[in-house]
Amino acid sequence: MLLLIPLLPLVGFLINAFLGRRLPKVVSGGIACLVMVASFVVSLMSALTASRGVDHAIQQTVFSWITSGDFQIPFALRLDPLASVMILVVTGIGSLIHIYSTAYMHEETDSEYARYFSYLNLFAAFMLVLVLGANFPVMFVGWEGVGLCSYLLIGFWFRKKSAADAGKKAFVVNRIGDFGFLLGMLLLFATFSTLDFQEVASKVAMRAPEAGWGVLTIATLLLFLGATGKSAQIPLYVWLPDAMEGPTPVSALIHAATMVTAGVYMIGRNAVLFTHAPYTLAIVAGIGVATALMAGTIGLVQNDIKRVLAYSTVSQLGYMFLAMGVGAYAAGIFHLYTHAFFKALLFLGSGAVIHALAGEQDLRNMGGLKKGLPITYWTFVIGALAIAGIFPLSGFFSKDEILFRTFSSGRTVMWAIGLLTAFLTATYMFRLVFLAFHGERRHDAPPEHPEEEEPAAQAAAGDLHGAHAAAHSSPPAPRTPDPGHARAHVDHGHAAHLHDAPPAMAIVLIVLAIGSIAAGIVGIPHALGGSNEIEAFLAPSFEAHATAPANSEFQIAPPPGEFVALGRVEPHETADTGTELILMAVSLGVAVAGIGLAVYFWLPNRGASERVAQSAAPVYRLLLNKYHVDELYDAAIVQPIKQGSTLLLWKGADAALIDGAVNGVGAAVRGASGSLRRLQTGSIRAYAASLFLGVVLILGWYLMR
Amino acid sequence: MLSLNHFLVLSGILFSIGTAGVFLRRNLITILLSIEIMLNAVNLTFVAVGRYLGTVDGQIITFFVMTVAAAEAAVGLALVISLFRHRETLSPDAFTTLRW
Repeated sequence: MLLLIPLLPLVGFLINAFLGRRLPKVVSGGIACLVMVASFVVSLMSALTASRGVDHAIQQTVFSWITSGDFQIPFALRLDPLASVMILVVTGIGSLIHIYSTAYMHEETDSEYARYFSYLNLFAAFMLVLVLGANFPVMFVGWEGVGLCSYLLIGFWFRKKSAADAGKKAFVVNRIGDFGFLLGMLLLFATFSTLDFQEVASKVAMRAPEAGWGVLTIATLLLFLGATGKSAQIPLYVWLPDAMEGPTPVSALIHAATMVTAGVYMIGRNAVLFTHAPYTLAIVAGIGVATALMAGTIGLVQNDIKRVLAYSTVSQLGYMFLAMGVGAYAAGIFHLYTHAFFKALLFLGSGAVIHALAGEQDLRNMGGLKKGLPITYWTFVIGALAIAGIFPLSGFFSKDEILFRTFSSGRTVMWAIGLLTAFLTATYMFRLVFLAFHGERRHDAPPEHPEEEEPAAQAAAGDLHGAHAAAHSSPPAPRTPDPGHARAHVDHGHAAHLHDAPPAMAIVLIVLAIGSIAAGIVGIPHALGGSNEIEAFLAPSFEAHATAPANSEFQIAPPPGEFVALGRVEPHETADTGTELILMAVSLGVAVAGIGLAVYFWLPNRGASERVAQSAAPVYRLLLNKYHVDELYDAAIVQPIKQGSTLLLWKGADAALIDGAVNGVGAAVRGASGSLRRLQTGSIRAYAASLFLGVVLILGWYLMR
Repeated sequence: MLSLNHFLVLSGILFSIGTAGVFLRRNLITILLSIEIMLNAVNLTFVAVGRYLGTVDGQIITFFVMTVAAAEAAVGLALVISLFRHRETLSPDAFTTLRW
């Protein structure tokens, strides 16, 4: 039963990968959507079964994967409440995005279309393996697999150099994180001699939380390094904004809703482990909140619609890590779940805009789209309200839960930074809305060719942001539009052509908008008369189970709650409802203020924002250049490695040492034989003399002995 | 009375003459003849020692040597004729093509 969940998309992948070339679009797209929906249905039934089961989980051992003496790794899948939430998000949002993609990618050729859907299905299969894996190695298979699919899909338009480069960057940066994950996994195995999540948890629960820098702290830090790579946190977040080179639905599915949450999920999966390493938790929280703030500030000034959303994703992931770091695992997963809805909605909405504008992604060339794209506009506004955290929408509940938990755990500074980030979130989201949908139309004609787009966009940018362009020596080159769209829209001819999302896209947008509004219902806090069901639902996943496997050497497990409770914050006992309500009012006020700021700057008087940008030009440039982190990494890491490889490894080790040894042997042989061949004089008497001399010497030696 | 030593001394003298001929003469035919002298010096040693020990082994080996010497002379002379046809000379110093 559980195996079916990842197997169905895998079958879809195989069909599209091997037969897709010959299938028409309806069939290849249809198969891909069908397997995803089927997988969603199976997930739904499994989740229901699991929630009714003993200890809220079902487990299935598919086969014995690695067996070496006592060391056993079964290919086991396990569905507990945490995994249930994840598989429903992956298959549910995944199905919607598959459906959306059938319309969005329609202009590709048949074989490209099938290739796209085969990657998408393969991604879903690996993501489900990641989520369902019952031990570290199985999770690692999924972990690496989604990285591969991410690479393939970012570089889907691999003929465009920037897309191919972005794919490589994502892959390489992820490899760094994966290295940490692998080391953490091996360290855990060396310590606990098991890699099963539950066994690790029950063995960890035997120990007291680690006070200093012990083995648990180091292992969890290594795992967290893996999480920073996959979930785009400082210091490994740099790949995510570039990942926007991929098709927009891919950005929505992989780089916003599902894959990037794998790191958060992994920490939630090992909640007991992380709880026993308070130092790591503090670092997780710190990194999370720092990432949230940094990405939020960068998102404030970016001009590419997808990049703004990418930084917003990084920022929201920061929130999730903050929640994990303060021990509010349920709140983090709750935010993951609501975020999947509204971020997918926002990305797909931006995809609809890009689709309508024939591949235009630069905000400076948009504006006034409200009339032409009513469905996109309204759903986008709902998404923006949700992410900003406006009261009845889902984002409000999850974000507020995180902020409240942070506050009640005593980390007031982090709470304040989180609040500031919430303010920034509201501002940059509504900047996006106003720049894209309101005001006068700044986008004249779809470019005839992608190459010609650049000067045109430069000129437009020059008109609008002349001051900035002048102040900033090299304004960011407008992105060349998605090649597929640019190609397809050449035929459409002219300007005024604006079409709202086609039905397949519109339906998905509407469904996601409803989800963005309503998804918060499961987590209405007690303070507002709800019961925070999701927290109670998820609770079993974050505890060590007393039912440790029989072969464990720790037979007598203590009551699990005791140790676990040490690290956990129990807010409803420590903080009263009044505080919670006040905090809610504060964060709501902050969100409204953020929107208000966006209204002031970008709705009636756009000049104001430019004046501010001018008066704070250094700051503006710093943000526009993303704090120069890419350049810093290039100088500090990429160039040294490149130079080291060139000078030391290539010219030193390879050319000098290895080639030198090979060529040196040849030269030595040649030189030695050059002098030795002088003996071949060709004179018979010389040969005879040497022969004679030899005989005399040998005989003499025998005689003298 | 002739003792073994007399034969060995004679044999040594003959071998030295042959060796000297190989080294000193500049005619291939003479060199071949010198080699024959060396071989016969060895033959003499075999026969003398065989008689001294009272066995026939020395004589048997001598027959083998004589057979080989005859074959060698035949091949050697054929080569000399062939070389002479090429170079119109019999000096071994003329035939140094197989040098470095």
